[in-house]
Amino acid sequence: MSIQATAAGDPQALASARREPSRAALVFAAFARRKVALAALLVLLVIVLACLLAPWVAPYDPSAGEVTDRLLKLGAPGHILGTDEQGRDILSRVLYGGRLSLLSGVLPVLLAGIIGGGLGIAAGYFGGWTNTIIMRALDIVFSFPAILLAIGISAALGPGITNIIISATVVFIPPIARIAESAVKEVRKEEFIEAARSSGAGALLIIRAHVLRNIFAKVFVFATSLIGVCLMVASGLSFLGLGVSPPTPEWGFMLNNLKQLIFINPAVTIVPGAFIFLTSLSLNLVSDALSDALELKR
Amino acid sequence: MAIQQATAVTGRRTALQGVFGQADILQVNGIGKTFPIRDMLGRRKGGVSAVDGVSFALPKQGTLGIVGESGCGKSTLARLLMRLIEPDRGEVNYEGTNLLSLKGTAMKKARTKMQMVFQNPYSSLDPQMSVLDNVAFPLLANGAGKTQARERAHHYLDAVGLSRAHADRLPGSLSGGQRQRVAIARALILEPDIVIADEAVSALDKSVQAQVLNLFQELKRELSLSLIFISHDLHVVEYMSDEVMVMYLGRVVEKGPTARVFGAAAHPYTKALLASAPSVDIAERATAVSEEEGALKGDLPSPLNPPSGCRFRTRCPHAMARCAEEAPALRELAPGHTAACFLLVGDTPALSGTPAI
Repeated sequence: MSIQATAAGDPQALASARREPSRAALVFAAFARRKVALAALLVLLVIVLACLLAPWVAPYDPSAGEVTDRLLKLGAPGHILGTDEQGRDILSRVLYGGRLSLLSGVLPVLLAGIIGGGLGIAAGYFGGWTNTIIMRALDIVFSFPAILLAIGISAALGPGITNIIISATVVFIPPIARIAESAVKEVRKEEFIEAARSSGAGALLIIRAHVLRNIFAKVFVFATSLIGVCLMVASGLSFLGLGVSPPTPEWGFMLNNLKQLIFINPAVTIVPGAFIFLTSLSLNLVSDALSDALELKR
Repeated sequence: MAIQQATAVTGRRTALQGVFGQADILQVNGIGKTFPIRDMLGRRKGGVSAVDGVSFALPKQGTLGIVGESGCGKSTLARLLMRLIEPDRGEVNYEGTNLLSLKGTAMKKARTKMQMVFQNPYSSLDPQMSVLDNVAFPLLANGAGKTQARERAHHYLDAVGLSRAHADRLPGSLSGGQRQRVAIARALILEPDIVIADEAVSALDKSVQAQVLNLFQELKRELSLSLIFISHDLHVVEYMSDEVMVMYLGRVVEKGPTARVFGAAAHPYTKALLASAPSVDIAERATAVSEEEGALKGDLPSPLNPPSGCRFRTRCPHAMARCAEEAPALRELAPGHTAACFLLVGDTPALSGTPAI
């Protein structure tokens, strides 16, 4: 009873007993304060949705060309973004191609996030020899320039979208693992980890309950920033002819194809490139603002 | 009322209370830890002697205060007892079993009997977990169901004086004092017999300190806890403890009933520590300054290379040749009051008059 009296004497306890906005709402409010980031998010949403809904949104069949409509310029009637050398509508091809491009941008990062995150957590949490073996092995992979490594792996595996995804995954495992490892090391120093250990919790439970939660924001934000890079790597590989085979549209591949027309129809040739650039830039802006918004609460 | 609910949960312990009375619940014998220092190739090239041969007994439902400067091994000692750091030597006997010999499930079970409240309330709660889940976590770790664990967590949050409205919030929105209450609730949820408070109030404001200290006292009485209270703040330790142990550079220099250690300190280090403690009483302050020991000079020597013999000799005003050669053992000055200094004989502290050098 006397203990309750102490609580009653604590004015702060009563004043702060009101319900407050959820964490997600706070983060979004902080995020929305950046107008540029909000605009980038909007652009991103439009691009992603349009690509996902390509069969319904796209005005033409992406692989059926009209011989009479070859090499139309930007803003041509019926073909807003012009046509390519076979008379195929560029807008339709960009929308269909975006599905593959976005997939090859997101999937490797997701896979690398799971594999690299797992390795980083193991290395950071257990430390000692486990850390040395994992991190030094990843350093070997990391020491190759990213693009060169991706080209090397893709070339060894042969062309194809699956192989692009595999090679991009390998390239992005070390950086994600490194971020995860350093984040885990930081969390591991906190007293709540010691408290959990002293309550008898095992390593797996502590990782699941405490570590994952506390490194998630950091790793997630970093991974988002990698999607843009990954998109460019994947497009780059396609551009070099290591990606999809001819009729299939894909941004990097289209860029490669259209580059022959640069003197005939320069504006049209940069359309796929502009989409790569726009998506990548928006992703970076969003992830940047997200990292600031998440860092707010600590 | 909340406390009574909590006691109902832990009624088992209250029943035992009368049976054991004054017996020691924890006996620690010669516990020690040296952290190895390794060079780049992993070869051992030395060690930091953090805790060296510390022995003490904690009476059932008693409070043992541990004082000393920062870096004297107080916190390491707490972690050794909890086996958060594995001790090199010594034994920790809890009701007759040596905890250091336990492994696996037996250790996990024994661990629940001793819980710890940490120093920094800003780091000891998971910032991404609700207050309720932070408190419930130890039960989940010991195999309880989620609903049951949360139910219990509510009980203990009540017991430390936090309302239901606090339960769903993140620790980030609580004040330091409230956070420390949450940490206390978490330490209590496993119904431990012993609670180790490692500088548990040092990070708090003075006014909040008092509240938390009183909370400790009340919970200790209601739940029949035994308490190990670690602090560098002499006033806090004096207020809380039945017995006090003074540590210097990993070793115990003086140990005894609180009134005795604070009233008739024998070891030169304890005296210096007492003299350097700030006092609000002007008369008391005047005498403290006039005392020949005065405040401590210099810094704590590096535990990487501790002084030979008596570790305090480098800062001791009475140091003599013998102090460098051998380490003084703890000798009994009065019943229960021991100190480790060559100048002390029997019940007459030789330091009271002119130094016997």
